[in-house]
Amino acid sequence: MGKYIRKRFVQLIPILLGVSFITFALMYIAPSDPAEMKLSAQGTAVSQEILDETREEMGLNKPFLEQYLSWLLNLLTGDMGVSYVDNVPVSQKIVTAMPSTIILAVSSMLLTLLIAIPLGILAAIRQNQWVDYSIRFFTFVGTSVPNFFLALVLIYVFAMQLNWLPVLATGSIRGLILPTIALSTVMISKYIRQIRAAVLEELNKDYVMGARSRGIQENVILYKNVLRNSMITVVTLIGLSIGSLLGGAAVVETIFVWRGLGKMVVDAIGARDYPVIQGFVVWMAIIYVVVNLLTDLSYHLLDPRVKEGWET
Amino acid sequence: MKKIKLPMDAVHKRLYFLFGVVLILIVLSLVAPWLCPHDPNLTDLKLAKQPPSSEYPFGTDSYGRCVFSRVLMGAKVSIFASLALVMGTFIFGTAYGVVCGYYGGKVDRALMGVVDILLAFPDMILAIAVAGILGGGLINAMIALAVTGWTQYARLARGSVMAVKSEVYIQAARISGNSHSRIMWRHMLPNISGPLIVTATLQIGGMMMGIAGLSFLGIGVQIPQAEWGSMINEGRSLMQTAPWIILYPGVVMLLAVMIFNLLGDTVRDLLDPKQQTI
Repeated sequence: MGKYIRKRFVQLIPILLGVSFITFALMYIAPSDPAEMKLSAQGTAVSQEILDETREEMGLNKPFLEQYLSWLLNLLTGDMGVSYVDNVPVSQKIVTAMPSTIILAVSSMLLTLLIAIPLGILAAIRQNQWVDYSIRFFTFVGTSVPNFFLALVLIYVFAMQLNWLPVLATGSIRGLILPTIALSTVMISKYIRQIRAAVLEELNKDYVMGARSRGIQENVILYKNVLRNSMITVVTLIGLSIGSLLGGAAVVETIFVWRGLGKMVVDAIGARDYPVIQGFVVWMAIIYVVVNLLTDLSYHLLDPRVKEGWET
Repeated sequence: MKKIKLPMDAVHKRLYFLFGVVLILIVLSLVAPWLCPHDPNLTDLKLAKQPPSSEYPFGTDSYGRCVFSRVLMGAKVSIFASLALVMGTFIFGTAYGVVCGYYGGKVDRALMGVVDILLAFPDMILAIAVAGILGGGLINAMIALAVTGWTQYARLARGSVMAVKSEVYIQAARISGNSHSRIMWRHMLPNISGPLIVTATLQIGGMMMGIAGLSFLGIGVQIPQAEWGSMINEGRSLMQTAPWIILYPGVVMLLAVMIFNLLGDTVRDLLDPKQQTI
């Protein structure tokens, strides 16, 4: 097991290199000049002289590869550079934004599982009855609604018309409700569809018929066997969502002014704050590999037939 | 608990019906310029923020432009941009994946490494970054979405090719002296195309939402060109007093995405019965 985990972490290296190289190259070919961006972000008057000086200071006169390598070496010592906009170290910015993103990710994940698991099972065992049809109609609308539109509709109804909840997520529990619903709706719909399909598939397997013919109660079959075997689907889904949730939900965070990673990176892109974008990208790559590893490990726990090193 | 299979006839009927609806949508979006009751870009501040009326069925926005005309004009951008995007990523991703799966070995590992790297980004974030760096505009937004969009076809095609590689008919094709490219494109592709087409059809609605999302953030389609996402963004600050400015583009977009998703589900029921949900 330890060897397997180590192997997976070694795989992180090429991904990290590739990801950081691509973003670095994108920033390099971007039409705007980082030195100019930095000066104007800090409100300094831009003259040619100051511009040249800043370029020299930032190492922008060096060749591309040299710039990339020095950035990479700094990264290894944990130094991700300093934001152009407010001179705050990037690592500190990420650490500050993390808690908000984690809170939103956890609350949306919990809401999703709380609703999707029971409804998905219900739709499966009541297949082609009206409960199933109404659940499926909900999931269909849920997957088709753009999240920014849903977020605005939620704000309009619950914050503006009914005055129940604040428009902006101000860090309070009440402020968390609307962004959580906006983020979860799509996930809930997707999860219900997958869970329903997984339970249906499981119910059609021979062992279920065998258990039934031996007179085992339907509830026992459902809770002891079918659900346990359908959980692999849930774990896969969680693995897929948690990565993007921890990257911050850019659109929803921006609309609700929720100060997490998603808003941080959207703001950074708007201000062309390259070091922040870079740091964010590296962070995402690390999350990606770690979450994938955890997902694979939990497959192993849920289904001993899955061998270590098993990959999709 | 028996799986009830719809008779194929019903699925076919549904498919033809939805094709008809999509065709009507496409035709509507093409003739939109002649259907608009008003010039979609004509501003008149005296007419600003009018609620829906018989003259302006969807009301007017903060510049007095007719929301109905703008929604109509936006249809063309959304529908054609997403169709083109899906087509492009589908062709490129499939070709990429087939080559990876067919040759395997070092070629495969190197090429799939690129896919893994791109998958390490959440797609929307990478799209925002690319669009932000390239600057606004519809084409740049499409490039941004394409950067990650093709990877799922590549993965799917690669997996399917590896599955059919050892089938007898492929060996037979090889023994009878077919070239590599002929085996890949004439023998393998038709046999693996089902799930790929299903994915592509299901992707149209998603791409529509992606383009609108980027425009909503102000890095997609640029003002004053009419597009659903940017219209919703423009109307955001006036939501309290003039909710129709965002309501109508939003609802029309929801309906359009639903139609394409329904088409995707139907194509899946037809081509990929294993995943059938009905």
